[in-house]
Amino acid sequence: MNPISGPSRAMKVAGYLAMLLVLAIIALPLYWVIVTSFKTPDMVYIQPPAWWPDPVTADPYSRVVEQVPFLRYFANSLIITGALVSAKLVLGILSAYAFVYLRFPGRGVVFMLVLAALMVPNQITVISNYALISQLGWINTFQGIIFPLAGVAFGTFLMRNHFLTLPFEIIEAARMDGCGHMKLLLRVLLPMSWPTVVAFALITIVNEWNEYLWPFLVASDETVAPLQVGLARLISTDAYIDWPMVMAATILTITPILIVFLLLQRHMIKGLTSGAVKG
Amino acid sequence: MFIHDDEASTVQTSSSPPAERSDSAAPPERKLQRHRVRRGGSTGEKLLFLALVLPNLALLGMFVYRPLIDNIRLSFFDWNISSPTSTFIGWSNYIEWWNRGDSWVVVQNTVIFTLAAVVGSMVLGLALALLLDQQLVGRGIVRSAVFAPFVIAGAAIGVAFQFIFDPRFGMISALLTMVDLPVPNFYQDPDWALFMVTVTYIWKNLGYSFVIYLAALQAKPAELYEAAEMDGAGQWATFRSVTLPLLRPTTFFLSITVMLNSLQVFDIIYVMTRGGPQGNGTTTMVFQVYQETFQNFRAGYGATIATIMFLVLLVITAIQVRVMDRKTI
Repeated sequence: MNPISGPSRAMKVAGYLAMLLVLAIIALPLYWVIVTSFKTPDMVYIQPPAWWPDPVTADPYSRVVEQVPFLRYFANSLIITGALVSAKLVLGILSAYAFVYLRFPGRGVVFMLVLAALMVPNQITVISNYALISQLGWINTFQGIIFPLAGVAFGTFLMRNHFLTLPFEIIEAARMDGCGHMKLLLRVLLPMSWPTVVAFALITIVNEWNEYLWPFLVASDETVAPLQVGLARLISTDAYIDWPMVMAATILTITPILIVFLLLQRHMIKGLTSGAVKG
Repeated sequence: MFIHDDEASTVQTSSSPPAERSDSAAPPERKLQRHRVRRGGSTGEKLLFLALVLPNLALLGMFVYRPLIDNIRLSFFDWNISSPTSTFIGWSNYIEWWNRGDSWVVVQNTVIFTLAAVVGSMVLGLALALLLDQQLVGRGIVRSAVFAPFVIAGAAIGVAFQFIFDPRFGMISALLTMVDLPVPNFYQDPDWALFMVTVTYIWKNLGYSFVIYLAALQAKPAELYEAAEMDGAGQWATFRSVTLPLLRPTTFFLSITVMLNSLQVFDIIYVMTRGGPQGNGTTTMVFQVYQETFQNFRAGYGATIATIMFLVLLVITAIQVRVMDRKTI
């Protein structure tokens, strides 16, 4: 708390104890999921619950692939996330370019219109959107999942704020050299903007990979259902639940996003905090 | 979905500084250009603007603004979502909502869940940020660990925590039996079920408040602390009179974003409890919108609850903005 004198020895010990406690609270549930995913089904139903699998078995993982169309769900997640991230990056960067570098009457009002979309919660729009999508015959299709989620307000805001920080002289110089709009964007602006683009892409990847409500409503079977929807279906029956298999599926579902996070967390946090702290 | 909505309010609170910057910090060339804006750019430039902005604007209009308005219209109808016809019934849905006993149970659940989630994740997030702002070896790993659950899908966390809270074979049961404490029935007792859902939500989202607070702490000016130390202020006094006031804008920002987010939780509740036990033990307003619309096929009534929720959100946000404005001035 006090950056000058530094914490006393007792404070340090308390600090390390607190850190250990925090680590335990975060790690124990994940440990429990991993341990359970290596247990035999019988092993789950002993009391008191065991902290270590005996025998250790990887069968739950093969059961995931055999009994659940897991690879199909995984591919669907890749398709949906891939389409949405590309669409949002393109739409967000192009809109931001227009809002900063192009003249248009009422530009500020149009920008506010894009921005205000962030204030409307998904849950309030689902009823009407569901009716529209079913009228179009798009229930249980990829376009039915993707289109309603494709508009981008946050990314436009993030990119616009970033463009506003770039020195205007460089853009003027490029224009003097007869640089057209597309060339200016691709050759001059984007090379100066990679950290922001990466933050934008990462936040979008995490969002869309984890999206639940809308795909859950639109996808009625495994042909288009993403991982999260497929995973939640595993425990939707009142019948017997194969917990080791479900926990193995959970591990397989969260691992890709955790790897992305561990590699690139710094960029993501930068994107999240850029707007929050200045305020 | 999550960060999406978080950013909603990032935008709200911070949209003004960048806008100002575009005016004040702009070099002279820019001013000149701005002057020309009033007369409008060339036709080609206007067309290009439209070509770049319209696709995005059309998507937002079609799938955000249209349904927002349409939702209000639907709340005055009796409609089963799949039928082509619906009947206008005036304020009946609103009157029914007001008079039905379960509405108030659901409102109560929503208030408890939201308050606990906002206060819990903000207090813990600040405590962790203060802790991990210290010079401690290994703090980087702990920082990452605290933030990691935030990137995991709510649905996956719901699945995992349902088993962790299993009253007989779960991890919580294992821990409590180790210290000879009775294990509550998280599946059957509505109060404990609401507790379970809230704890799971805080576990997942704590990392967000934490990183925002940590970034704010790292940006604080050291001079103020030097001054506080010269005045002989103790650690608690320094925290109360220097740190907390400095963090006020961040606290304001978080109180709105975390509230908006926790009001919208669907995945964790659906996966863990289906809104139960005992009918509506963990049913929040968002969950009730889903139930009425897609399970009971009463889309009009669902739209009514969604509209009420939206109005409440607007009012709360407006009050927060006013209260905080007064305090900061």
